[in-house]
Amino acid sequence: MMLVLPLLIPLFSIIVLIPLLGFTKFQKWFSLAAVGVLTAVSVLLLINVHNNGVAVLQLGSWKAPFGITLAADMLAAILLTATSCTALAAMIYSIGFIDEKRVKAGYYPLVFGMLMGVDGAFLTGDLFNLYVWYEVMLTSSFVLMVLGATSEQLKGGVKYLAMNFVASIFFVSAIGILYGMIGSLNMADIAVRIRESEGALTLNGVFMLFLIAFSIKAALFPFFFWLPASYHTPPIVITALFSGTLTKVAIYTLFRFYGLFISRDPSFWEPFFLLIAGITMTVGVLMAASQNDIRKILSFHIISQIGYMVMGLAIFTVGSLAGAIFFTVHNILAKSCLFLSGGLVKQRSGSFELGRLGGLYRKSPYLGILFFIPAISLIGIPPTSGFFGKFFLIQSGIVTGHYIISAFAVLVGLLTMFSMIKIWNEAFWKEEPEEHQPAGKMDPAAIAATSLLMALVVLMGVFAGPISALCLEAGRQIVQPEAYINAVLFNH
Amino acid sequence: LPFVLAVLIGVLYGSGVFLMLRRSIFKLVIGLILLGHGTNLLLFTGSGLTASLPPFLHGDQGDSTLLADPLPQALILTAIVIGLGMTAFALVLICQLYAQTAVRDFDELSENKS
Repeated sequence: MMLVLPLLIPLFSIIVLIPLLGFTKFQKWFSLAAVGVLTAVSVLLLINVHNNGVAVLQLGSWKAPFGITLAADMLAAILLTATSCTALAAMIYSIGFIDEKRVKAGYYPLVFGMLMGVDGAFLTGDLFNLYVWYEVMLTSSFVLMVLGATSEQLKGGVKYLAMNFVASIFFVSAIGILYGMIGSLNMADIAVRIRESEGALTLNGVFMLFLIAFSIKAALFPFFFWLPASYHTPPIVITALFSGTLTKVAIYTLFRFYGLFISRDPSFWEPFFLLIAGITMTVGVLMAASQNDIRKILSFHIISQIGYMVMGLAIFTVGSLAGAIFFTVHNILAKSCLFLSGGLVKQRSGSFELGRLGGLYRKSPYLGILFFIPAISLIGIPPTSGFFGKFFLIQSGIVTGHYIISAFAVLVGLLTMFSMIKIWNEAFWKEEPEEHQPAGKMDPAAIAATSLLMALVVLMGVFAGPISALCLEAGRQIVQPEAYINAVLFNH
Repeated sequence: LPFVLAVLIGVLYGSGVFLMLRRSIFKLVIGLILLGHGTNLLLFTGSGLTASLPPFLHGDQGDSTLLADPLPQALILTAIVIGLGMTAFALVLICQLYAQTAVRDFDELSENKS
């Protein structure tokens, strides 16, 4: 029963919110409460999965390979909790930040539409259903991307729409071909049938189609150009929400596919994924170094960090997967936090352009802290969460003999530091330029939201031990998918 | 019939990609529509093509393995609906884009010029 709640809460909220679009205050507080409940439910679900193993619900009591199955293993539950926390912070941030015009245009129902798609994609055990949740998520994100219809947003929206449309076409084609070959849509059932069947070569072709679809959606090399071309256009809280959810859902799907289907032919896929991971992390961080807009620097860093997650996936040991999951959770929180504090910088001094900023640390030291903590976490400096994520990844890389990719991971960490120091120097330390925008006030709700995420980043570093134990459990379930398969197919 | 459909899918994909590579944004949307329809047909062929068989079987008479698999057809229905919604949104988006910025092709979209 608990498995449907992450889908029902957003759905119910949409139904309540749409007829009451005119009541701005109600929209804000109701949404905040609903996302709060959603977060509580996902934490309970995480505890439940941790105690009782994989949770499964057969919708409409149709037996497993025939109906739609909802299933949550540790991976899904952990990511569900992390995205809910980001959404909670985004809702707090939105209280004072989103203008009335956007609220009346349906900002809050759209956010819930996106969250429903995200949660559905995490929980579903059915391939076509996964596609439908992706579309629910994408359609809402299309509208969120252009909500308010400034010309910059519309320009970014066209690129975003075109790339994701093409990705969806790849996704559906791959589903159609796989169904034609295997004759099932239930992911656990497909995994069983693949293990029994011969013909690795043709199956690899189908999974290459899937991989292209998810690479576009996750912004992997060479399909990442749409992300930095569009992510900086909408209001910053929407960007923060996107960076915390959309690409991470694609990463989640890659994890799921790799564990269930692809991992049976590692000699073909491992070098391939390692190559993509290495290029993605390096290209992302190098392109970030040449940018001068806070939002664009952070957008390129999303790409770079996706590379780390794929690196952990490619090595495919329990340790590396745990590292990758830990890193994903850290990234969801820290990246959204950085985007939100970037938004505070804009509120305080009216610009995202580094050339026009300066002297912020003197003007508001607390804003400096709000940027500094997630930034050092992103670089991976010890007591913060990013350190442990990178440490687990690089350690498992070295243990399994993947020296080159581990060296790249360390190097990219250094270059990340370069970008973060650049923002820090330009925006916070240098003297304020002569020609600056009029100073504004920061919104207290926005500060509270950013502080909440910052606190989560710090706590994740402090409690790295228990959290990495959860991630190890998730990694074990991915390497040995029998628990997931048995729960879906046989425990009715 | 499979051969005809295979050629048709190929033509739809080919012309879709060709249109997407043009400079005009409107042709991009038409290209996306063609790609979407090509994919729907691809799903359709995945169900197995059977002609001139009754859709219902009486008791044990007839061999159910000869019939087409109905599931992909249900999937196509879903995909068509989603594609329709996406297309509608894409059309409204490019209309708004043109109304606000008078941009019609991709060269004008690049940010260096704006």
